[in-house]
Amino acid sequence: MALKMVKGSIDRMFDKNLQDLVRGIRNHKEDEAKYISQCIDEIKQELKQDNIAVKANAVCKLTYLQMLGYDISWAAFNIIEVMSASKFTFKRIGYLAASQCFHEGTDVIMLTTNQIRKDLSSPSQYDTGVALTGLSCFVTPDLARDLANDIMTLMSHTKPYIRKKAVLIMYKVFLKYPESLRPAFPRLKEKLEDPDPGVQSAAVNVICELARRNPKNYLSLAPLFFKLMTSSTNNWVLIKIIKLFGALTPLEPRLGKKLIEPLTNLIHSHLGSLGARMRLVLPAPRSSGSGCRPGLALCVQAPKPVRALKYLGLLAMSKILRTHPKSVQAHKDLVLQCLDDKDESIRLRALDLLYGMVSKKNLVEIVKKLMSHVDKAEGTTYRDELLTKIIDICSQCNYQHITNFQWYISVLVELTRLEGTRHGHLIAAQMLDVAIRVKAIRKFAVSQMSALLDSAHLVASSTQRNGICEVLYAAAWICGEFSEHLQEPHQTLEAMLRPKVTTLPGHIQAVYVQNVVKLYASILQQKEQAAEPEAAQDVTQLMVDRLPQFVQSADLEVQERASCILQLVKHIQKLQAKDVPVAEEVSALFAGELNPVAPKAQKKVPVPEGLDLDAWINEPPSDSESEDEKPKAIFHEEEPRPAKPRQPEADEEELARRREARKQEQANNPFYIKSSPSPQKRYQDMPGVEHIPVVQIDLSVPLKVPGKYLLEKDRKKKKKKDKEKKGKPRRHSSLHTESDEDIAPAQQVDIVTEEMPENALPSDEDDKDPNDPYRALDIDLDKPLADSEKLPVQKHRNTDTSKSPEKEDVPIVEKKVKKPKKKEKKHREKEREKREKGKEQKEVRPRLFPATWGLPLRLPCHVCSSAWLTGPASQATCLLSRPSLCHSLQGTTGRKSLTVNPDLVGLFQKSSKHRKKKHKKEKEERSKDKKKSKKKKPPSDEAAEPVENGALDEDPLPVRGTSLASHGPETYDIQGSLQKDSQVTVSVVLENQSSSFLKSMELNVLDSLNTKLARPEGSSVHDGVPVPFQLPPGISNEAQFVFTIQSIVMAQKLKGTLSFIAKNDEGSTHEKLDFKLHFSCTSYLVTTPCYSDAFAKLLESGDLSMSSIKVDGISMSFQNLLAKICFHHHFSGKRWGVALNACAVGEKSVSVDGKCSDSTLLSNVLEEMRATLAKC
Amino acid sequence: MIQAILVFNNHGKPRLVRFYQQEIQQQIVRETFHLVLKRDDNICNFLEGGSLIGGSDYKLIYRHYATLYFVFCVDSSESELGILDLIQVFVETLDKCFENVCELDLIFHMDKVHYILQEVVMGGMVLETNMNEIVAQIEAQNRLEKSEVTPRWA
Repeated sequence: MALKMVKGSIDRMFDKNLQDLVRGIRNHKEDEAKYISQCIDEIKQELKQDNIAVKANAVCKLTYLQMLGYDISWAAFNIIEVMSASKFTFKRIGYLAASQCFHEGTDVIMLTTNQIRKDLSSPSQYDTGVALTGLSCFVTPDLARDLANDIMTLMSHTKPYIRKKAVLIMYKVFLKYPESLRPAFPRLKEKLEDPDPGVQSAAVNVICELARRNPKNYLSLAPLFFKLMTSSTNNWVLIKIIKLFGALTPLEPRLGKKLIEPLTNLIHSHLGSLGARMRLVLPAPRSSGSGCRPGLALCVQAPKPVRALKYLGLLAMSKILRTHPKSVQAHKDLVLQCLDDKDESIRLRALDLLYGMVSKKNLVEIVKKLMSHVDKAEGTTYRDELLTKIIDICSQCNYQHITNFQWYISVLVELTRLEGTRHGHLIAAQMLDVAIRVKAIRKFAVSQMSALLDSAHLVASSTQRNGICEVLYAAAWICGEFSEHLQEPHQTLEAMLRPKVTTLPGHIQAVYVQNVVKLYASILQQKEQAAEPEAAQDVTQLMVDRLPQFVQSADLEVQERASCILQLVKHIQKLQAKDVPVAEEVSALFAGELNPVAPKAQKKVPVPEGLDLDAWINEPPSDSESEDEKPKAIFHEEEPRPAKPRQPEADEEELARRREARKQEQANNPFYIKSSPSPQKRYQDMPGVEHIPVVQIDLSVPLKVPGKYLLEKDRKKKKKKDKEKKGKPRRHSSLHTESDEDIAPAQQVDIVTEEMPENALPSDEDDKDPNDPYRALDIDLDKPLADSEKLPVQKHRNTDTSKSPEKEDVPIVEKKVKKPKKKEKKHREKEREKREKGKEQKEVRPRLFPATWGLPLRLPCHVCSSAWLTGPASQATCLLSRPSLCHSLQGTTGRKSLTVNPDLVGLFQKSSKHRKKKHKKEKEERSKDKKKSKKKKPPSDEAAEPVENGALDEDPLPVRGTSLASHGPETYDIQGSLQKDSQVTVSVVLENQSSSFLKSMELNVLDSLNTKLARPEGSSVHDGVPVPFQLPPGISNEAQFVFTIQSIVMAQKLKGTLSFIAKNDEGSTHEKLDFKLHFSCTSYLVTTPCYSDAFAKLLESGDLSMSSIKVDGISMSFQNLLAKICFHHHFSGKRWGVALNACAVGEKSVSVDGKCSDSTLLSNVLEEMRATLAKC
Repeated sequence: MIQAILVFNNHGKPRLVRFYQQEIQQQIVRETFHLVLKRDDNICNFLEGGSLIGGSDYKLIYRHYATLYFVFCVDSSESELGILDLIQVFVETLDKCFENVCELDLIFHMDKVHYILQEVVMGGMVLETNMNEIVAQIEAQNRLEKSEVTPRWA
């Protein structure tokens, strides 16, 4: 063995270490790859050796190679070996390599769990540290779940070095394992006030990251951060806090005002260093709004000297712009100057700003300036950026700032002179959009477009995709569609039939072909009307001559259209030869006008009731699927567009039939089309020109309502716009879909027109819709953190139970449905939604009530301290009751209990607000009860009164007495007494119903082996515990007594006596009152927030014994029942855990299942529950 | 969050590559290099619009020291100047640990540079900004390493 070690060491001496490797690589510049592959072979040999030092060395070299881009994932297992080395030196190498090359897909990562856990609990802080660092890079959901608890423990490590790392890594854990957020949060919050600045800063860091995703949950921390901000001197922490406030202020406007002062202070105290100040100012504007106007001025002026500050100033301005556009607009010139800056970052920032600064007045000026920059600009990226910005600026808010559309068309045409841009389709889209939507501009647009077509050779010189030639697409379409406005249609026709056209991309040629026919039709009509048959024949001849060039096109779409049209024209030629007038019929091909359709229209089509889109219409043909896809793929490669039109053509008849049918179905519905939202948005989501929402509507029946809605909407949107803006949507029938870009959308429109009606109603949905993708994203991001998201996971079980009584037939299905996103809920019927809501409330309740409302005490868990009076004492009534809600006490069972859940704290506060009300109710109820009991027990009017303590008003359940839960969460325990284990506090409310004055009260209990009254030190078992107050007549007060409990598995009954002196006018008497205290098992239970999977895990773990009961003849509503039982839910713990699950079995019976590590406890608990249920 | 930290020299040779999310690393290094390289030294240290990394929320913040570029790719939760400071802290720490750091130190001791970085940034989050604290921890770890190595050779 020793020999082997020595040998290993010697081997190692001859091994290359990292430095040798680096040197070697540098010496082999020519054949680096070869040298490295040789080294990798060596490394593989080294990894096979037993000596850990050799392995570590090899792994270290691999890490270097990884940086150079070599795949080292094959060595993952060896890396784990090195990670598990006992020496820090090697361990560190292993973890470094792991952090560099492990990711979620690395399968061996699951082998590391135990190793990491071991390292985390290592006595050496650096072992722990290195494990934390490594883990932070490759933590997976599994690792996070398994190690969350260990890391949480480390958050209170004695060494700040570990604490700060543990705190920081928690963020990663939260991301991967969101359920850990709730339990860990209180501790994280504690760390905000850690004595070590590093830990503090880490905690701030984590909370800032969390709050960025979901600020609203962290509003409650604002005061704490406020304090930190005013006290901390750590710049880093300050920056983070200000950033955090930036996220919080929008949610809590008052915060902004509060922040102004400290922020200004900060700014001033940092006057020394401009940099520090800027840093603070930057995030500030958002947070303090107007308060930072002076800061803003600084920002703007600062940019001049320092580049970085200039950039930051602009960045700040863009943030201010969102809230205070006016204060920024004042600096327009400065921003325009920045456009000349040689730094691209600054120029881009300035451009961004301009977008928000334009108004109707300065639009022309700004665009002019930008146009001049376009000419000057070097580098296509920046020029493209300029181009898109110009279009964005002009088209923003539905062309809100444009007053003169002629000018805008000219700008667009001018932009076409731009070579090498990638945004030809953008310009094209704008041209189309404007020409279609602004009716009055069409004439001008057509003249410009025909000029463009005429000079197509200039534009078409670059035929790259998405290049500027895309504008020809728009030009051809506009000229064809609005050919009636053409001055010299013949000339345009010739321009469109030039041989040069065949060099254009296929989809553009296709548009050419289609629009040539439109043009041709309108020329024919003109000529026939002018009675120039010869001219008409000439045009036909021209078509016949030129079209063949398209027929030979390699592009399928072009070819098909061309050959089709060629035959048509040839037919026309024949007719013309016979002097038959054809123009009418030919132009009928293209009759009708196109309306803009909202790009989202398709999405908004509601799914008709009873239609399951996912269901198969026919049984899926097993083989043909792949065949179907093949041709599609081919088309897509060539040209995405043809694929769509092709299919409809195949069975057009059938489609037409269906369309007809659907139309009739919906004939009664009013319908409208809404105008498309601002185009720039549209183009973000859409891949290309073919999506231009211009469609010829394929309807054989003229539709009645000409889209009033559109008009209205337009009016609203473009209030201030000149009249020409208002496109008047009209629909005409047309027999065919015509221009080629229509073919694809034609399909859509069909659906849109039909479905639109139902959309008309919920206009709010319209508002939501555009945001939808973002919202969905938002949810995704938030998901890990949002509390609301978490509850569903947890409630899981309850859901099931609460559900079942209402709808017994589908409990399981429902449960599954629950999981999917909220969206789905929308689609459900209202009824169901209601139920869902109800469910949710219920689901929340179980967790909250035990902690805050004390609801459970009406349950079986009451300690029946039915105190009955014996003896002559006739004037005093002793009331042993549960104290008011918040005073609910908690008995404990030897478990260290958990930290406080932030939510619960919140609720707790709420509940205390309600307390007063509750009190009243209580009293009322109490008195009622008293009366009742008086009736019941006439012999002794001093019977112990059951006291109602109610959370549920509907069904008061008399609870007599109290006991309770744990020494746990300090927050609940207002009395703040018992923090010790194994103790139970019993609160007793003593009410003097007599007319005597009661004093010297003493309570004594006969201790049992298990339960002992905690007496003042030095007193014997027989001494009583004095009650620390006296009771005048009619007054009640609460006294607390502490009991020490040995075992919780058995219920206990204790006999006790209350002795007191009753004093009245006639003198004083010494009296006694006997009572019994019943400590039920359930009263020992502690509520523990438990997350679904932890819960599931616990249940699965197998070391819990199980038992269940079934109770028949329950008459009370399940809701109430559940509210009672819910107390028992979520009881879980590692050792003493009890998990209970109740589910309704039938109308009148309820079964309760329970799992617990201690079967005696479980059976006792269940017995008690049975007893309670039996009473229901 | 910091998404990536890259150090490369004037020729685009990577000297330190630290990604906090799995990415197409080599391309990003290359793209970042090209983006950064074409920028003058006297223009600002911020750069938006790398196509490979992050998206619009991310920006590159870099500093150029002699032959090395230090590039941090961060999202909007980080303060630009804060990160510039952090780069300075990192470089100064390197300087302390290597005593007059130069590119060669980074070339031959990539592992050590990583260990130093680990004390500054952990999992994409800033761990420590106090240089003395960082250096103290690194030295402590080096001592620990030495104490482990010595017996073997003794």
